[in-house]
Amino acid sequence: MGVEAKKTILLVDDDIDYLFQIKFQLERFGFKVVTAESQKEAEQLLANLKPDLAILDLMMENDDSGFILSYKMKKKYPDVPIIIATAVSSETGMSFGISSEEERKWIRADLYLEKGIRPEQLHKDILKLLKL
Amino acid sequence: MEALDVLVVDDEPGIRSGVSRILRNFTVSYPFMDDDIGFNVIEAATGEEALEFIKKTPPAIVLLDNKLPGIQGVEVLEFINNNQLDILVMMITSYASLELAVKATTIGAYDFVPKPFTPQELKSSMENISKHYFLRRMTRKMHKEGKQVRFQFLSVLSHELKAPLNAIEGYLNIMQEKQMGSSMTAYDEMIDRSLARVKSMRTMIMDLLDLTHIESGKKKRELRELDLCLVAKSAMDTMMPLAIQRDVTMSLAADDGCTYNADSDEMVIVFNNLISNAVKYNNVGGKVLCTIKQQDTNVVITVQDTGIGIDDADIPKLFHEFSRIKNAKTREVTGSGLGLSIVKRLVLMYNGRVEVDSQLGQGSVFSVYLPINPLVEG
Repeated sequence: MGVEAKKTILLVDDDIDYLFQIKFQLERFGFKVVTAESQKEAEQLLANLKPDLAILDLMMENDDSGFILSYKMKKKYPDVPIIIATAVSSETGMSFGISSEEERKWIRADLYLEKGIRPEQLHKDILKLLKL
Repeated sequence: MEALDVLVVDDEPGIRSGVSRILRNFTVSYPFMDDDIGFNVIEAATGEEALEFIKKTPPAIVLLDNKLPGIQGVEVLEFINNNQLDILVMMITSYASLELAVKATTIGAYDFVPKPFTPQELKSSMENISKHYFLRRMTRKMHKEGKQVRFQFLSVLSHELKAPLNAIEGYLNIMQEKQMGSSMTAYDEMIDRSLARVKSMRTMIMDLLDLTHIESGKKKRELRELDLCLVAKSAMDTMMPLAIQRDVTMSLAADDGCTYNADSDEMVIVFNNLISNAVKYNNVGGKVLCTIKQQDTNVVITVQDTGIGIDDADIPKLFHEFSRIKNAKTREVTGSGLGLSIVKRLVLMYNGRVEVDSQLGQGSVFSVYLPINPLVEG
């Protein structure tokens, strides 16, 4: 990160272990991390906080909490990149992707990640989105 | 190779021939299918023409433009829906009428593809829709064969099983790379959390086994006169270690001779689930009261706690498989999200019902009504 100010990442997930681990990794990479355990809690935080990037879980209170949060966040802070992370994948029979232009418009997240990726990969993707 | 009939309905000849050309040599393969799948394209220029064809030889998939010279695409869609035909419909539509296409999906279209589309876009849409087609066909087939495989259930299950594995793996990676230094004590909490996730996974597997037994109907049910008091006491004994740990007092108030004609294993599962919930979702120092009494033509079991209670909005979700009420107060409690759905299934087998009365922050009462001399399913 060097001398520039620490970037703040909002991390939202209802799995406290996942939250702990990713926060731990992101802090190691030099980010400031703010966490929330639900869509509702995240919305309250976002009223007074503009993070530099957000990582959202897809299924929280409801199956689509992450999408809704992403949508609302993009409305308020269109320039903040959003990553949707989820354990839901094609092998579970539900597939989400945001590879095409149309889907990106629809889902409004900048990147879709499967949970369980290596921290280094996550770091790379974050830096890319933050244009660092 | 199996070929799916695809009917493309569009008044623009260019679109029709384009689709034919793109799909002519296109095949898809799925891990669950032995053979590759190809497509056999049939063209129709109007909705009327399409209906003629659908009535004679229903295709697997219809690619449907809405703006047609005669009847509109939506009417073709309605015909398919009203006749419950085994056809998946994909709307092809210009960007200008995307809204309409989205609306079409709410009245039964499977998906839509905006035009102009690239060959790749059409191919990936076809891949999706034919996967859905085959999964649906397989589900129906299995259903017919009496195999109660439920894809929805399995997909949620794999999600639920992956979450603890991810968590444990994450902690192990941190430990393997000694990311918190070389002192073992730095990892104590991670080890505790990993063990907690293992424990909850084991609970889930046990619950799943219960559920499988109920589902398969294979397990022989032995109905006999059962002393429910004894069942309740034994469930309380099972929960005693946790109750002591959490300083929760359990008590039982029952009519004399509360017997019920039931399968003992099933009643054990019902009591275990209700009493363990009452202890787990209680406050430290809380109380659990179980009552069993005869009331009119029912045996009524209630389990009352002084715990965290349930929000009104969450009550409808309670009995769904894998639904756990997630909030700050429940996050430390391990559970499979299956317990109450199991209770409900079992009680239904006695033609009974389960009721919940709960006050957020005050506690909950679960009441089970078991009809006496019920028409028990075989």
